[in-house]
Parts: sequence; structure tokens; C-alpha cells
Amino acid sequence: MNHQATFTKRNSQQQLPGGIHPPERKTLSNVAKLRQAPIPNQLVLPLNQHLGSVAKPIVTVGQKVLKGQQIAAAQGRISANVHASTSGTVLDIGLYAIAHPSNLPTTCIIIQSDGQDKAIDYNPIADPFNQTPETLRTAIETAGIIGLGGAGFPSAHKTNTQAHKPVHTLLLNAVECEPYITADDISLRERNREIITGCQLLCRASGATSIKIGIEDNKPEAIAALEHSLTQEILHYPVELTVVPTQYPSGGEKQLIQLLTGLEVPAKGLPTDLGLLCHNVGTAYAVYRAIELGEPLITRVTTLTGEALPAQARGNYEVRIGTPIKDLLTTLQTHWQNLNRLIMGGPMMGFTLQNLNVPVVKTTNCLIAATQTELPTSEPEQTCIRCGHCAEVCPASLLPQQLYWHTKAENHQALVQHNLFDCIECGACAYVCPSHIPLVQYYRFAKGEIRQHQAETTKSNRARQRFEARTARIEQAKAQREAQRAAHRKKVSDQRPSAKAQTSIETINDPEALKNAFLKAQKTWLDAQKALEYSQKNSPADTSKLEVKIEKLKTKAEQAKTQWEQAKGSN
Amino acid sequence: MPLMQLTSPHTKNNVSTQKMMLEVIGATLLGAGILTYHFGWGILINVLWASLVALGCEALVLKIRRKPISFYLRDGSALVTALLLALAIPPTAPWWLTLVGTAFAIIIAKQLYGGLGYNPFNPAMAGYALLLISYPVEMTSWLPPRSIAEHTQAHSLQGALQLFWSGAISTQTGLKTVDAFTSATTLDTLKTARTLSLTLEEATAQNPVLGSLSGWMVAPGWFWSNLAFLTGGLYLLKRKHITWHIPLSFLSALTVTASIAYYFKPTLGSPIFHLFSGATMLCAFFIATDPVSAATSQQGKLIYGTGIGLLTYIIRTFGGYPDAVAFAVLLLNLAAPTIDYYTQPRSYGHKKAKKGLHSL
Amino acid sequence: MIETSITASLIAIAILVALTVILGGLLGFASIRFKVDEDPIVDQINAILPQTQCGQCGHPGCRPYAEAIANGEAINHCPPGGQQTINELADLLNCEPLPLDAEHGVESELPKVAVIREAECIGCTKCIQACPVDAILGAAKQMHTVIADECTGCDLCVEPCPVDCIDMVSVNKTLQTWQWNKPCGATQNTEHLIAVRNL
Repeated sequence: MNHQATFTKRNSQQQLPGGIHPPERKTLSNVAKLRQAPIPNQLVLPLNQHLGSVAKPIVTVGQKVLKGQQIAAAQGRISANVHASTSGTVLDIGLYAIAHPSNLPTTCIIIQSDGQDKAIDYNPIADPFNQTPETLRTAIETAGIIGLGGAGFPSAHKTNTQAHKPVHTLLLNAVECEPYITADDISLRERNREIITGCQLLCRASGATSIKIGIEDNKPEAIAALEHSLTQEILHYPVELTVVPTQYPSGGEKQLIQLLTGLEVPAKGLPTDLGLLCHNVGTAYAVYRAIELGEPLITRVTTLTGEALPAQARGNYEVRIGTPIKDLLTTLQTHWQNLNRLIMGGPMMGFTLQNLNVPVVKTTNCLIAATQTELPTSEPEQTCIRCGHCAEVCPASLLPQQLYWHTKAENHQALVQHNLFDCIECGACAYVCPSHIPLVQYYRFAKGEIRQHQAETTKSNRARQRFEARTARIEQAKAQREAQRAAHRKKVSDQRPSAKAQTSIETINDPEALKNAFLKAQKTWLDAQKALEYSQKNSPADTSKLEVKIEKLKTKAEQAKTQWEQAKGSN
Repeated sequence: MPLMQLTSPHTKNNVSTQKMMLEVIGATLLGAGILTYHFGWGILINVLWASLVALGCEALVLKIRRKPISFYLRDGSALVTALLLALAIPPTAPWWLTLVGTAFAIIIAKQLYGGLGYNPFNPAMAGYALLLISYPVEMTSWLPPRSIAEHTQAHSLQGALQLFWSGAISTQTGLKTVDAFTSATTLDTLKTARTLSLTLEEATAQNPVLGSLSGWMVAPGWFWSNLAFLTGGLYLLKRKHITWHIPLSFLSALTVTASIAYYFKPTLGSPIFHLFSGATMLCAFFIATDPVSAATSQQGKLIYGTGIGLLTYIIRTFGGYPDAVAFAVLLLNLAAPTIDYYTQPRSYGHKKAKKGLHSL
Repeated sequence: MIETSITASLIAIAILVALTVILGGLLGFASIRFKVDEDPIVDQINAILPQTQCGQCGHPGCRPYAEAIANGEAINHCPPGGQQTINELADLLNCEPLPLDAEHGVESELPKVAVIREAECIGCTKCIQACPVDAILGAAKQMHTVIADECTGCDLCVEPCPVDCIDMVSVNKTLQTWQWNKPCGATQNTEHLIAVRNL
């Protein structure tokens, strides 16, 4: 079971198509050691920190909870549990603002900390490498672990490759290509053994047989630490560490796959289509804690940086999930008067916060408190001069400029044709645009419009089907009633004239009267026949009785005809 | 502290349209200087006058369109158009010629289509084509380079101003019109020679402009200014304001066609002659690379440049006008959108590129 | 002489006839071989209409209105579809995109759904009969409820309710339906655009 680690270094020729080199500004936060953020007075725990369905609260207002206790349960297939990150009392369950570009509120559980930070008893899994993958996946699921790189996809579901396609290689994404962010860098320097273990546990849980680690060459300390522990540790799987040149956005999942394997994730496909699975450093560490220590996901490493923070306060912190950002920034003595833009995530793909009461969530890898000189307000948008710089830097080889023109024209068909949905919103195009066009926002708008339009089309199609079904049903009922009424009329009128006819046939032998009787009987029969056809055409309802009746009417009409012909012959 | 919804990315490199335009203007300065040295002050007067007219026209249209004037004037695109057009107009041009050309370029070819970014044709070349077709005599009246013609009155500041103002210079012997000073350009001479079925030697003997760099048949004024524009173009390439695709494909196409033709019929001019006469280098690096009206995909740029190169040679050789870059560029401007639709790159995760007009 | 000219003209006629036959055959073949299958115009119009089946256009449902448009009725009688639907119809039918006819109602900002105040519902089934898309569940003397996902916001159930317990509620943006705005563009201001009129 003892495998070797291999190390490779890519030179600058083996790069992505496109890509940019924004100022890294990582030294602001990668000098200090990892620190513990204080336990806040109150925790705000949103129930939809992950992609998928919103979790359901399983605690009540006023209930005492302990650190690590589950407070909300996953709902449906793609969802994640939420746990209390310290001990205290549930104050409220209701709508509160969360960190989202829309600034819309969502359901959160508010916990008043009791300051004791008393934890529940954790149940670690002994000898995890001899456990079944299901056991490990259950542990990951119970711990509420989601992708900590930013997307927040529930890890247990992602790792459950039986639900998708079998995977052979697990990619550990340690690239961290966004400027400012150093959370993975610092974690790798200080917790590399745990991360390697977590990575191997993910490998075990997903059924992969080898591990590839990708890291950018601007993190020499982290690379050295990784190399050291990869040579010292007992490895259950072969590990290949690849150092890639620093280039944004090589840390994008699709881009990393292209860098490390030379393969491309098919459009509309998933990495599992290639037998690959990509996890983030933070996720691997959380998996280690969940399985080896039994601790659910209640803290994460977050980079707190930006020039509005005092120099000594900048760095990486282990923050409790649910810590309000206002508390965090206040304890760090932020220069509020210098703060111009507060970003959650990196400067390329992060979003600005509009409310300081929002909490740190599972996907918060970085907070940038930037000053005006640091990240200046963008200049007004000018017209596109078609310079094509955007197409040169696009890592997906799209034509950003054409997408922009088609977005302006709201030409959805052309946007789809130009592969709008392959855009990863990395922002490289907007970074180089000399006309200061907020290209990413145009694409996000266009994607939203197209999705909304599709949803509307689906809904209107369904409405049409339901309307048509209803109309058909009403018609059918009407036709059926009509047919029944006709049959009833025939029945009544049939009995009367036939009785009359019988007496008349016996008494009078007048051919004229017999002819009339025949014609009447024939008309009755044909009318009934028509009613039958109509009801058959319009409803699949039971018409057998009607058919029998028609058969009788037919015989009667034929009898009348024979009698008339006999009478005619005898006369 | 403002907490607002801003879209990512939150950081930006420091390239702007204005800076790009200013660097383009800067890159042409060397060439403009050499042209001025060889052909006199008329060049500089044209440039200044065209710039003034361009800014005035742009401001006027923006005012009519009720757009913020200073915001749009600051992008510098009107100046670039004026500069490129002025460098193509002869130094003897009277004021109204430059005025008509520049006003047409800015008002009709640029602003009527919606302003910067929306014009399907290169405005400078549209203006140039208009002038060449309407005023062929004025547009081909170039002065002989200073090195050959000694120092004529038309090269001096005073003479140039007089020509600019009245189209004639007063001398001791009376008023002298433009004709007295001008001589045919190299491309012109070649065309005339071919029309009259003269040999190269005969043509050279008739016109002192040619033959000064013997063997190559390139007049020094044109040679050095083209070299200067080549230098300016290489600077733009290094600064990544333009890509190599259009200049390289244009120059290669021109060289290859000229070489083949030269091999079979030397009177058609050597490849070096074609590369260093007329507006070849100005076109290769400053005119054909105008992003607004050019093809945008990399493959498309190669096709676009090659097309201009071929057409330039064909029109120069078989057409009625001596130089051809303006017509070649305008024709390929027309083709640019279609070229783009057929040269879309293959996107990540797709087996092959989606090409063609069905995406319209 | 005459004979040769007659022969020549006969040859000419023969060639022309042959050409006519060949080209006609080709055209006929092409029209069958490369036939473009297109939905009948009524289906295309119906596909653009929002299918709320609200009857605000004066027709019992969207398809009847589609048929009426195909027969020449104005395209601006559909408030739920609003200006977007009118524009798409104008595009399809190659006619002028008129503004919405206010006589038939106004376009609402946000989509709406019907909600029954269940405590007040007496179970009369009148709304169930009125609903054009069967989006109301319930039985006689039983409480009724609206399937929000299927409700088209057509308003038709509000009127028949004898106890006025149906509200039309705007559907607010959620995190799932929220989307980014379109950037305002380069100092674009629609009121500053000069109208170009057909001369």
C-alpha cells in the first residue's frame, strides 16, 4: 500500500489558451501565520450556504445547542446539513440578509453564544482506509461538507460516483490563482499532512485510484511543505504533484483539468465524464476533520486582507461559520473611513457586500476590505472598439466581443450559438477591456435572461397542454352527454313506432304505410349510428350498450324493409 | 462608506481606449516627421488642419446627437482618423481638400453609422477614397522628395502655407500653381511607364525620383517614411496594441504576389519596391489593423490581411489608380463580418468550432 | 433558304422546350426534395402567446386568439405577454409592433399567482370550473387550493368566487430567480436618441 509521489514542473509554454497576469498582492496576507478568529457574540447560520435545496431547521427557538450539533437537515438529493459552530441558545429562525450579490434575505438560524464553546461528543471513524466508501461518504454527508473553493456543491454527492460515472483520478486544486487569496497557501504550509490525508480519504470515498495535485509556482513554501510530507507520509495512492506557471484563471476546475491532464471537460458535461473529480484544499482538510476527528464543518480558513485593514491584522484566520462580518472587521480594527469596497471572494470573481451584518459562510474563502486607491472605482463604460483583447485572454476560447454585441441586441439564439454557457465568468475579458465594459455583467445578465426565457417557455407549454387537455375533457363530457341523450330519445321513439308498426303490419297490408314505417326505422337506426360515431371520435368512453342498441335498430329496420317488399310483391 | 453592488472583476489593467489611441498617434510621429522632412511643411499643415476639422466635426455631430461631447472627444479616435487621412493626402493639398475628406470621414463614414465602434468602414480610408475619386489631380500631386528636388519653395513653411491657402505660390516670376512643383510618385511613374510601354531604364531616365536607390527602384522619401512606419508598427506590436496577424499576412501576400509577378515580368516592380512605396507600411500597421472595421478572430485576421495584400497588388497593377490600399481595405471591410462568422475558434469542451451564418 | 430558317427555328424551339422540361423538372424536384417543413402560422403564433388562457384578448384562450391573429386581428390585445410578445409577433408576421392596447388591460410588472385564503373558502368549486389550466385542486364542500407552479395568473378565478377569498399575489424575486441587471451601456440614454421617421 505504500506508493510513491512524483513531482513535475510545467514551464511557461505549457499554459492555458488566453489567461492574464493581474498583480498578485498575496504578500498582504501570506506573511502571518494562521490565526484563530474570536468566537462572536451571535452566529447567523444561513440554511442555503450550498448549491441545491435549502436545509430544514431541526431546532426550535429557545433551544440550547452545543458546538457541532446539527441544527438543520439536508433536504432532497443535493443539499447539506448545517451545524452550530459554538454552544448557545437559538434566538430566532427567520429571514436575514446573507452574502449574495442580490442582497436578498434568506432563512437563517440565529444562535446567541454562551461563551463556553462546549462541543458535542464527536465520533471519529477508526481506521478509515479499511472502511467502505459508503461509510466515508456518509461521514462526509453528516458533517455537512460542501466544496469550499467557492461553488459550494455538496461534497458527499459529488464524491458519490455511483450516481455519476466511475472516476480514476482525484485532482486536488491547490492552484489558488485569484489575486489576494492565500487561504489554501497558508493551510498547505501549516496543515499539509492533514490535507494529504483528507485528499486520500476523498480518493477512497470516490473510488479513484490516483491523485494529482496542481499548485501554482508562486507558492514556494507551500510546494516545499507538500513535497516534504509527500515523501515522508505513507501514501495509499500514487500522488503526482504538478507545479504550474502562475496564470489566471488556471485554478478554474475546467482549466486545471486541461493543465494537468490535457483533456477538456465536454461542453454541458462534468469532469466525471473524463473519470476525474476535482476537490479543493479546504474541502480535503474538512474531510480529514470529519472522518479522523468526527468534527462537522463549523470553521473554515478565510483570508482577511485589503489595505483598509491594519497591516498586522491582515492574514488568514480560522473563522467560525456564521460569524457576522461586522464583528470580524471590528475586532481587526478596520479603518472604516478608508474602506471603499468590501469584497467576498477574490477581486476577479468575488462580489461586493452591501450589508455588514451578513455572516461568513462555508464558501467564504476571502474578504477584501479595499481602499479607493487599491481597487479604484471603475471608469465609465465606453463603446466597444472591437480590439479583440478579450478574445485573446479568454481561457475558454470564446469570442467575448461577439457575446457582448449579441447580449446588447438580446439575440438569445446567437448567444447560445456562440457558446455563452461555456463562459466561466472568470473576468479576464473585462480585466483587459480598454473600453471599461463590464463584460461579465453582460454575460450574467444574458444567462439569466435565457434561463428565465426557457423557464417561461416550459411553463407556457405546460399551461397550453393543460388547457388543451381541459378543453378536450369538457368536449368529451359534452359529447358523451349528447350521445346518451340521443340514445335515450331513440329508445323512447323506437318503442312507440315499433309497437304501432307491429299492429299495423298485422292489420293492414298497405305497402305505402309499410314503406313509411321502413323509412322511419331506417332513419332512427342511421341517427343512432351517427351518434355512436361522434361519441367514439370524441371520447373513448364505454359505447358497447349503444352499439347493442344500434344492432337492434338495424334488425328492426331490415325487418320493416322485408315486410314492405313482401307487401309490394303480394300486391 | 459606500456599500454597493458592483460587478466583478474589481480590478483592471491600466489600458484604456484613450491610451491606445494616443500610443497609435505616437507611433506614427516618426513616419510623419520623415514625410515632413522629405516632402516639406505641407504634411504637417495637413495633419494639424485635419485634426482640427476632425475634432470640430465630431463635436458638432455629438452635439446634434445629444451625446456628452468631451467624454467622446477624449477617446482620441477622431484624431487617429484625421492623422491617418492627412498622412495620405499630398503636401500640396489646398485647405478645402483636407476639409472635405476629413469631414466626410468623421460625419458620414463614422458618426452616421453610430460613432466609434459602429462604423463598418475605416473612416480615414473612406475619406481618402472619396477624395481620390473626386479630385484625382489634386490627390496625386506629390512634391518630389527634398533629396532629389533640392530645396523648392513648396517645401518651405511659407510656400506650404501659400499652397495650402490658395493652391499657388507667388514668386518673382509671378504666381506658380501646384503643377510647377509636383512630380509623379514612384507608383505613379511605374504605372505611366507601363501604360506607355517604356522600359524601366527609360522610365527612370524620365523621372529622377526613381532609381536613386538603384536596382530596388525605390525613391528615398518613400523608402525612409515606410521604414519609419514599420518601426512605429513594431512598437505597437510590442506594446500589444495590435497583433501580428494582419500586418504579417498583408505584407506576405503582397510580397509573394509581387515576387511571382516580378519573376515573369520585371516591369511590374520588385517586391521591395511594392513593400516600400506608397502607403504600404502605413496600411499594414495602422490602417488595416483598425480594429473596428477589421476581422476579429485570429484566423479571420489572417484571411483579412491576405485579402488586402492581394487586392492591393491587383489594383495597383491593373487598376486605374496608382495606389490601392484604400480600395483594398474598404473592400475587405465589407467582407470582415462574413469572415468572422466563418472563422470562429473552437471553444473549450467542444469537438469542433461552430462556424457559418446560421448563428445570425 | 426558307427551309433552313424553319429548321433553325424548329431547333431553337426544340431546345427551348427541352430546357423548359429539364429546368421545370429540376424546380419540381427541388421543391419536393428540399421542402421546408414549417408549422402552420397559427401554431407559430400560438407558440409566441404566453398561454395564460386569461381571455383578456376577448377570445376563450390563447389558441383562438392565435387563429384570430392569423385571420387579421390586431396583435396588441395580449396584456400578459406585453410588449415582448407584441414585438415577437410583429417579427413573425412582418408588421408594425404596436403598443399594447390598453382596452384589454395593462402589462403587470411582476408575474402573479392566485392564492386562496383557505380559511374563508366554502368549497363551492366555482373557481375550479373557471380555471382554464386545471390549477385549482378541491372538491365540493372541501377547501380548495391553487397549485402555484401551474397557475398562469390569469385572474379568471377571482370573479366567480362568491366569498372573495382569492387574491392575486405578485411573485417576488428569490435567490433562485434573481438575476443581474443589464449594464446601462456607454452613456446610452434612450431619451437622448433622435427618432428616425420614415420619410
